[in-house]
Amino acid sequence: MRLSKTELILLGVAVLLAAGGFIAPQWLVFLLTMALAKAMVVQGVVMQMRAGLVTFGQGLFFCVGGYAVGMSGHFLDITDLAVLLLIGVGAAVLLAMLLGLLMTRYREIFFAMLSLAFSMILYGVLVKSSALGSTDGFNVKAWTLFGWTPASGQAPLALFVIIVACSALLAVLLHRYSRSSAGMMCEAIRENEVRVEYLGQSPRWVLYMNYVAAAAVSALGGGFMALSAGHIDPEMAYWITSGEFVFIALLGGTAHVAAPFIAAILFAVVRTYAIELVPHSWQMILGFTLLAIIVFLPKGLWSLFTGQARRAKA
Amino acid sequence: MNNSKKSMLKHPLAFAITAAGLALSLSAGVQAAENGKFRIGIVTFLSGPAAGPFGEPSANAAKVLVEGLNKGQLPAPYDKLGINGAEIEVVIIDEAGGAAKQVEEFRNLVQRQKVDAVVGYISSGDCLAIAPVAEELGAMTVFYDCGTSQLFKEDKTPQYVFRTSLDAAVDNIGAARYLAKVRPDAQKVAGIQQNYAWGQDSWNDFTHSMEQLMPKAKVVESQMPKVFQGQYGAEISAISVKRPDIIHSSFWGGDMEALVLQANARGLLEDATAVLTCGESAIDRYKDQAPNGMIIGGRGPFGAFAPDNELNRWFKDKYVAAYKTAPTYPASKMAQAILGLKHAAENAKVESGKIPAPLEIAKAFKGATFESVSGTVQMARAEGHQAMQGIAYGEYNYDPASKKGSVQNVIAFAGECVTPPDGTTALEWIKAGFPGAQCN
Amino acid sequence: MMSLFAVLIDGTIYASWLFLVAAGLTVIYGVMRILNMAHGSFYAIGAYTAASLVGWYFNNGIGPVWAGYLLMLGCALVAGLIVGLIIERGLLRFMYGRDEVLMVIITYALLLVLEDTMKMIWGVNPYFAYQPYAEMGRSALAGLKVSNYDLMLVGVSAVLGLGLWLWLERTHQGKVLRAVIHDREVAMAMGVNVRRMFTLVFVLGTMLGTLAGALTAPAISVVPGMGVEIIVLAFAVVVIGGMGSIEGAAVGALLVGLSRAAAVHYAPEFELFVIYGVMALVLAVRPQGLFGRVLARKI
Repeated sequence: MRLSKTELILLGVAVLLAAGGFIAPQWLVFLLTMALAKAMVVQGVVMQMRAGLVTFGQGLFFCVGGYAVGMSGHFLDITDLAVLLLIGVGAAVLLAMLLGLLMTRYREIFFAMLSLAFSMILYGVLVKSSALGSTDGFNVKAWTLFGWTPASGQAPLALFVIIVACSALLAVLLHRYSRSSAGMMCEAIRENEVRVEYLGQSPRWVLYMNYVAAAAVSALGGGFMALSAGHIDPEMAYWITSGEFVFIALLGGTAHVAAPFIAAILFAVVRTYAIELVPHSWQMILGFTLLAIIVFLPKGLWSLFTGQARRAKA
Repeated sequence: MNNSKKSMLKHPLAFAITAAGLALSLSAGVQAAENGKFRIGIVTFLSGPAAGPFGEPSANAAKVLVEGLNKGQLPAPYDKLGINGAEIEVVIIDEAGGAAKQVEEFRNLVQRQKVDAVVGYISSGDCLAIAPVAEELGAMTVFYDCGTSQLFKEDKTPQYVFRTSLDAAVDNIGAARYLAKVRPDAQKVAGIQQNYAWGQDSWNDFTHSMEQLMPKAKVVESQMPKVFQGQYGAEISAISVKRPDIIHSSFWGGDMEALVLQANARGLLEDATAVLTCGESAIDRYKDQAPNGMIIGGRGPFGAFAPDNELNRWFKDKYVAAYKTAPTYPASKMAQAILGLKHAAENAKVESGKIPAPLEIAKAFKGATFESVSGTVQMARAEGHQAMQGIAYGEYNYDPASKKGSVQNVIAFAGECVTPPDGTTALEWIKAGFPGAQCN
Repeated sequence: MMSLFAVLIDGTIYASWLFLVAAGLTVIYGVMRILNMAHGSFYAIGAYTAASLVGWYFNNGIGPVWAGYLLMLGCALVAGLIVGLIIERGLLRFMYGRDEVLMVIITYALLLVLEDTMKMIWGVNPYFAYQPYAEMGRSALAGLKVSNYDLMLVGVSAVLGLGLWLWLERTHQGKVLRAVIHDREVAMAMGVNVRRMFTLVFVLGTMLGTLAGALTAPAISVVPGMGVEIIVLAFAVVVIGGMGSIEGAAVGALLVGLSRAAAVHYAPEFELFVIYGVMALVLAVRPQGLFGRVLARKI
C-alpha cells in the first residue's frame, strides 16, 4: 500500500502527538484522549454531512458503543480493549443496518428529527433500566490489552497512545474513503440527488453504506470515551450531546479529514478554560465563539488554511 | 484538482502543529502557583435547573464559611485561621454537563489547578464516576450532597473519598417512620417521582419501608413523569381519581414547587397529605400555596431542621447578612463538608501553617467525630468514610401575619434508627425488617 | 369511565399548552425555513419577564387583579418584540440565503448566549408568581377538580390558533405570506418585499414564544434551563404536524397531548416514550408530517 503525502503527514503528526504525551502533564493527556474520542463521533457526523445529511442523533451510536463496552466488561467479564471496542462497533453496525433501512428514506430536517427520535428512545430505555443504573449509569471496569495490564496510573497514558494510533489509522482510511468513488458519490448526492439517479446509481444504497460506516466510527469513539472516562450514563444518547457533535463538526468544517480532530481539541481547550475562568457564563463564550466562526469562517476553521475565508459563502 | 491537492498538503501539518503547540504552551503557562494556600475545588451546579435550589445556596455557603474561616471568626473548635493556619483559596467549577465531563474537570482541578481537596457533587452519577478517579489520583475528595446507595458498594475500599451527606435511603426510611408515628391509620399511598435514578430509588426504598412499618397501607398509584417536565396536570388527575391518603414525592427544585402549586390549586393536597423528602429547600417560597400540615424533610438535620447550636447560629447570621435569606439544607450540607475537611486537616498532626498531604488528611478523617452546623457528625459507616446522622421530618406551617413558613411537630430519628449497618445494602436491610435498628 | 374523561380533559389542556409553545416555531419555519433552536429561550424569556413583573405586582399589591393579567400578557409581548427585533435586525438578516443547517447552528449558538444572558439578568433562583394561577380558583367537572387557569389556557390557545389561521388564509398579508412559503423566488419576482416579511414573521414568532412562556409561568416555578427542556417537545409537535403548518401544529399537539395523557393514566411506565414513539410512527407513514406538503424534486 502506498501512502500519499497527506497520509504521511497525518501519520507523522500522530507520532509526534503520541511522543508529546510522555512529556505533557497528565490532565492534558486526559483532555486530549477525551477530545479524540469525541472527534471520532464527529467524523461520523461529518461523513453524513458530506452527503448532505445532518444528524441530531449521532449520540445514539456513541451511546451504543459506550454501553456495549461497559456491559461486556460487567456482564461478560471481557477486559481486553480490542475485543471490547470490536463488540461496541459490531453492536452499532447491527443497529445501523436495521435503522438505516428506514433512515435513508429521509432527507433534510426530517432525517435530523428522526435520528433525534431514535436517539431519545434509547435514552428513555436506558433511563428505565435500573439494572444499568438508570440515569446514574455505571462505572466501566479497567481494561487490559492482549494480556497486558497497565500499572496503576499508567492507564491514561497508554490509552492516549492507543487512541492516537487508532485516530491516525482512521484518518488515513477516511481520507481514502472521501477520495474513493463512494465518497465522491456522497458529495454528488448532496449537490443533486436526482442527477445521481440519472447516472444509474442508487443514492439510497450509497447513503445506507455511508450511514452504517458512520455508525461504526462513532461507536468506536463511544467505546474509547467509556474506557477513558471510566463511567457511562444515558446522557450519551441525549440530544444535547448529539448537538455538541454537530457543533464541533461545523467548527472544523467538512473540507478535510483532519478538521474534526482539530476542532474537537480546540473545543475541549476553549471549554475547559471557559469553565475555569468564567464558571457562570461559559456557555456564552461557546455561543459567541460559534457565531464568530459562522460569520467569519463559514466553511469552518479549516478555511483558515485554504485561503477561502473571505471568498466562501455557503 | 491538482492545485487543491497541493494546497492540502501543507495544511494538515501547519494545522496540527499549531494545535499541539497551542495546547502544550497553554499547559506550560497556566500551572497553578504553589502559594502556600489551602486550595479547595468546589464543584456544584451553577447552571441548569439544579443551580437555583441547590447550587447557589451551596456556593454561597462555601463563600460565607471560607471568608469566616480566613478571618478566624468561627466559634471554637473552628477558631483557627483558615485550615490549619493556612489561608483557604476556593476554585468554583460548574457541575453541569454530565459525568464524563466532570471526570475531565476533576482531573483538571487536581492536576492543573493543584487543589489540596475537592468538595462537591450533587448528582449521584457524578459521584459514582468521580470516586474511582479520586482514588486513582490520591486526591482528597468530600462529597457533600449526592445520596446514591451505590457509592461505597462500588468503591469498596475507600481511601481518599468521603461523604458527609446521608444515603438517600435514610430519607425514605425516615419518611416511612414519621408516617408510622403521625398517620398510622393511612390506607392508600400514591407516589410521584421524577423518572430517573433518584426518583426510582427513592420510591423503591419508600415502598419497601412502608411494607415493613405500615403493612396495612397499599400503594394505589405510582407516577414517573420526565424530570424537569414542569406540567403535572395529567399526573395529578391520575392520582386524584385513586383518592389516596398519602402522596409521597422525592421531587426537588422547580419541579417540586410546580407540583405543590398545581396539586394544591386542584385540591389534591386538601384530600391527601403530601410527604416531600426534599421539601425543606423551598420553605421560604411556598407561602400560602402549600397547605399547613404538608410533611417535609431536609435530607438530614439541615436547614430548618438544624439544631440551635453556637456554630449554626454563627452560620445562619452570616448567611442571612450576606444573602438576605436563611440557609436551606444544601447550604448546611456544604458547610458541613468544609468543616469536616478542616477538622480532619487540623487533626492530621502537621505543624501549624503547613498543608497536610491528602493521605494524612484522609487518615484523620476516617472514623472522625466532628461538630457541624447540624450537630455532631460521626463518620461511622463505610469503614469511617460515610457520615451517620439522624433525620427529621416535620409539618409545614405558614404564618400569614409574618408571611413566613416554618416546620412544626418535628420528630427526629437517630442515625442508628435509619442508617443501614456496614456490610448490607439499604434495600436488604429494609426488606429484612431493619435488624439492629436502635430507635428512640 | 372517570379516567377516560380525565384523559380527555388532561390531554386537551396539555395539547393547548403544546400548541402555544409550538406555534411560533412552526410560523418561523414555514416562512423563513429556520428551525429555531432558540425558540425555547424565547419561551424562557417570556416566563422570566412575566414571573418577575407579575410577582412584583402582586407581592406589593400595586393594583387590581385583572390588571395583573394584562401586565403579564403585555410585558411578554413587549419582551418578544424587543428580543425578536434585536436578533433579526442585528444578526439573522446578515445570514439569509445560507444553508438551512447552518441556520440551525446559528440559532443553537443563540440559545447558548441567551441562556447565560438570562442567568445574568434574573440569576439562578426560581421565580414563583403563582397569583394569576391561584386567583382563578377551580371547578369540578364531573367530579374531577380542574384549575380554571388551565381551562382558560385551552380557550386562549384555541383563539390564538384560529386567529393565526384566519390571518394566513383570509387576509391580504396572509396571502402574500403564503406566496412566500410556496415559492420565495417567484414571490420576490412579483414584487413582494420578502425581507420585510421575514422581519415581521420572526418578530411574530418570537412574541408567540414569549407569550407561551408568560402564560405558563404562573403554573410553574421559573428556573434556568426551562427553555432547553421544551425545544425537543416543540420540535416533535411541529414535525408530526408538518413543518410550517398551523393546523398541523394543532393536530400534532392534540395527538401528543392525548396520547401522553392516556399513557399517564393507563401505562405510566411508557410516558417517556410516547412523544418520540408518536413522532417515529407518523414519520414512518407520512415522511413529511401530517399536513406537510410533498415537495417536487428539482433537477
